[in-house]
Amino acid sequence: MKNRKKKIVIVGGGLAGLALAMKFCERNGEVTVVSYQSLKRSHSVCAQGGINAAIDAKNEGDTPEKHFYDTIKGGDFLAHQPLVRDMCYQGPTIIHLMDRMGVAFNRTGEGHLDFRRFGGTLYNRTAFAGATTGQQLVYALDEQVRRHVHDGSAKTLEWHEYLGAVLDSEGICRGAVIHDLRTDEIYTLKADAVVLATGGPGQVYGRSTNSVVNTGAAATTAYMQGAKFANGEFIQIHPTAIPGQDKLRLMSESARGEGGRIWVPRDANDNRNPREIPENERYYFLEEKYPLFKNLVPRDVACREIYDIVYNQNLGISGDPMVYLDLTHKSKEFLDNRLGGILDIYTKFTGVDPRVTPMKIFPAVHYSMGGLWTDYGPDSHGLIDHGSPKNQMTSIQGLYAAGEVDYQYHGANRLGANSLLSCIYTGLMMARGVMNYVDSLEKSVDDIPSTIFDDARSHWESRFNDIKNMNGSENPHKLHHELGDIMLANVLIVRDNKSLEKASHAIEDIETRFKDVKCLDTTDWANPSPSFINQLYCMIHLSKIIAKGALMRDEFRGSHYKPDFDLHQPKDFDPHEYIDYLEQKQYGEVTEEKFPSGHLDYMKRFQENNEKWLKTTVAQYKNNQPEITYEEVNTSLVTPRPRKYD
Amino acid sequence: MTEKTITIKVKRQDKPKSPSYWQTFEVPDKPFANVISCLMEVQKTPTTRDGKTVSPVTWDCNCLEEVCGSCTMLINGRVQQACTALVDNLEKPIVLEPMSKFPVIRDLQVDRERMFDNLKKVKAWIEIDGSHDIGEGPIMPDQDRAKRYVMSECMTCGCCLEACPQFTIDNSFLGASTFNQVRLFNLHPSGEMGKEDRLNAIMGEGGITDCGNAQVCVEVCPKNIPLTESIADISRQTTWQMIKNLLTK
Repeated sequence: MKNRKKKIVIVGGGLAGLALAMKFCERNGEVTVVSYQSLKRSHSVCAQGGINAAIDAKNEGDTPEKHFYDTIKGGDFLAHQPLVRDMCYQGPTIIHLMDRMGVAFNRTGEGHLDFRRFGGTLYNRTAFAGATTGQQLVYALDEQVRRHVHDGSAKTLEWHEYLGAVLDSEGICRGAVIHDLRTDEIYTLKADAVVLATGGPGQVYGRSTNSVVNTGAAATTAYMQGAKFANGEFIQIHPTAIPGQDKLRLMSESARGEGGRIWVPRDANDNRNPREIPENERYYFLEEKYPLFKNLVPRDVACREIYDIVYNQNLGISGDPMVYLDLTHKSKEFLDNRLGGILDIYTKFTGVDPRVTPMKIFPAVHYSMGGLWTDYGPDSHGLIDHGSPKNQMTSIQGLYAAGEVDYQYHGANRLGANSLLSCIYTGLMMARGVMNYVDSLEKSVDDIPSTIFDDARSHWESRFNDIKNMNGSENPHKLHHELGDIMLANVLIVRDNKSLEKASHAIEDIETRFKDVKCLDTTDWANPSPSFINQLYCMIHLSKIIAKGALMRDEFRGSHYKPDFDLHQPKDFDPHEYIDYLEQKQYGEVTEEKFPSGHLDYMKRFQENNEKWLKTTVAQYKNNQPEITYEEVNTSLVTPRPRKYD
Repeated sequence: MTEKTITIKVKRQDKPKSPSYWQTFEVPDKPFANVISCLMEVQKTPTTRDGKTVSPVTWDCNCLEEVCGSCTMLINGRVQQACTALVDNLEKPIVLEPMSKFPVIRDLQVDRERMFDNLKKVKAWIEIDGSHDIGEGPIMPDQDRAKRYVMSECMTCGCCLEACPQFTIDNSFLGASTFNQVRLFNLHPSGEMGKEDRLNAIMGEGGITDCGNAQVCVEVCPKNIPLTESIADISRQTTWQMIKNLLTK
């Protein structure tokens, strides 16, 4: 197998897909990038605030090791540690690479990279290009891939949809089934490996900060073909979004990183213009409750506090579910330079200028920490062996996943500005492993009988024919809207088992009604209707994974908040006590009087809970349902301990 | 009580070569509605005002926050993104048409491949040695970075080309967005090394000298990119390059 050009198919033209395409071309591989739309329009462009790397440009003593710890703690210890550590150590190299490609990163007086603060850390660790960092990074990678297309080493198939993997008789992935979204033709691509870089599943919730293409359909299809899906219940809700009809637009965490303050009037009936409300009548609840991290607590923490203010304390602005995000104390010049893009977007959609009037925001579904289960090959230094063919491979041999669609890097809650890093990191890191995988194959894709490909194609052709023949009474778009409403009402920030059970039944009801869907358009040119129905089918199954995972996980971890299982950390608790406790326990010296009252009980509860629940949720498709099991998490480098941010 | 509605008139076309026709829809008027949310309502109830059930209107969109560039169309005759076209700010009925300077795929979808091909023609990238770890990028004053940043916000949406009198559906004019990319990369310390190639690519037919200086491109750019400034700058650079070419031939 060594003397043949290695041929891979990458599905998705966002950061992860493009990073891998570039790297694979450099290594003389042959790449086909399949994208639902033109490259340059992927959801990665929506990332705003920046990308993390511990370069320590401000002489604060930041290091990749601290970045690693912040990320692990931010994710409530649910992420495999060697991977996260490797990613954080690669961070500086990745930023310098992107800088060399011409990304217009903001710079210091001396012309070096500038950094700002983000949530969940006390360091200035986030490099940024205005407030459209994701867009700038995508463009830079897109330009490099375009260069390889120009040179003939890469090929793009835009306006093509991935339908499923082609599996041979041994269950090894040998290619992909592709749907041309214009001619309606369905065909197969042969490949030594297929990589899904298809992003997140925000559309399962109907309205979110995600783009229209983020249905999670590709990942769900992989799951239905036998791939494991991990940690589905961990959905990140972003604390600050702009309410809207068609979508909830993101208001970047960088607004707070640059000094933005969150508040509500202390008096619920105070309907004055926010600018007329004096300082002492404003309740800066995050600053009061978390004097150390203030407005930059991690996203899961900020969401719960905003939720509490609005629904428990009834302090939302004018009784509505909204709080102020205030930047008006900053100069217009400063704001234009560092946040211009997102402030313009706010103005365009609300007609209100945030440079003058505080913004009104509320949390919205934003990111999926969970995704396709993927493997990795650790080395002996607590890092990753970049040559391991296991890196980023799903449980289907030859089918890989990278970027938001995988599950490995963010545990139970992602820190802001780590997603761009994890996407580019996975794309770059896995290239060598994929090459080695292809080398190790005993049989080449050319030795696979053509019937395998013919069967895969005809399976999907008949599937789409069946969809076109659906002539019931349900409108698929209305059904999608209802599914989203179920998920928003029951599987969001605050979760309880009664609502989750209700959600599961409601999803089943949607699944039954799905059979009565009408395909609104049966023509054969540029017709999005059958594709959407197939995506809706996938979204129904994905929502089952999320809801069931949430129902079964009886604990409170990161973004998965079940008040019934809150361990109630004592207010004066110090996480170091827990390390002392573990040590004393090891030597059989634990005594009650060594800890403040109630702390020992809490620590016992914490440890017991971790033994039971510090596990990866794994969903597998069995009898039309997700079957849930749990796997160990690699916590070999830092001891899991209670999180604290005040 | 009857629900308040909005009337939208859509110019439709089933296939690239088939004739276009108009259909009118009534959709519920909801707070903060934009053209996209109206089109989404049509998907949910694809029935025209005269009660005829039709296939849902097709259009391109993705991010819905004016950063991907997909949903560009003519709204009441003006080229812009449908996501930032708020219903409250628009004259009713709202008239939607596909862009006229690009081939129609279907309904409001057009093929903008030409824009992406042009990026290849002018080598709109930096010729990095490789993506391996070879240290930091060049030091650059923040003022230069800021200048580049504004230009790099171009989302290949096509507004400038739709508005340009020089750019037609069947000529070879590169247009403002492409010239802006030439300036963007020529301004980068490493990108500058490919400057001559880029300038040579925009000489001749369809190149910079074909610009009629109508200056409408800059008026319609949703990202306020100083396109006329870019064109002027690139004109100057090209002139110098031509002289240089003559002297060195």
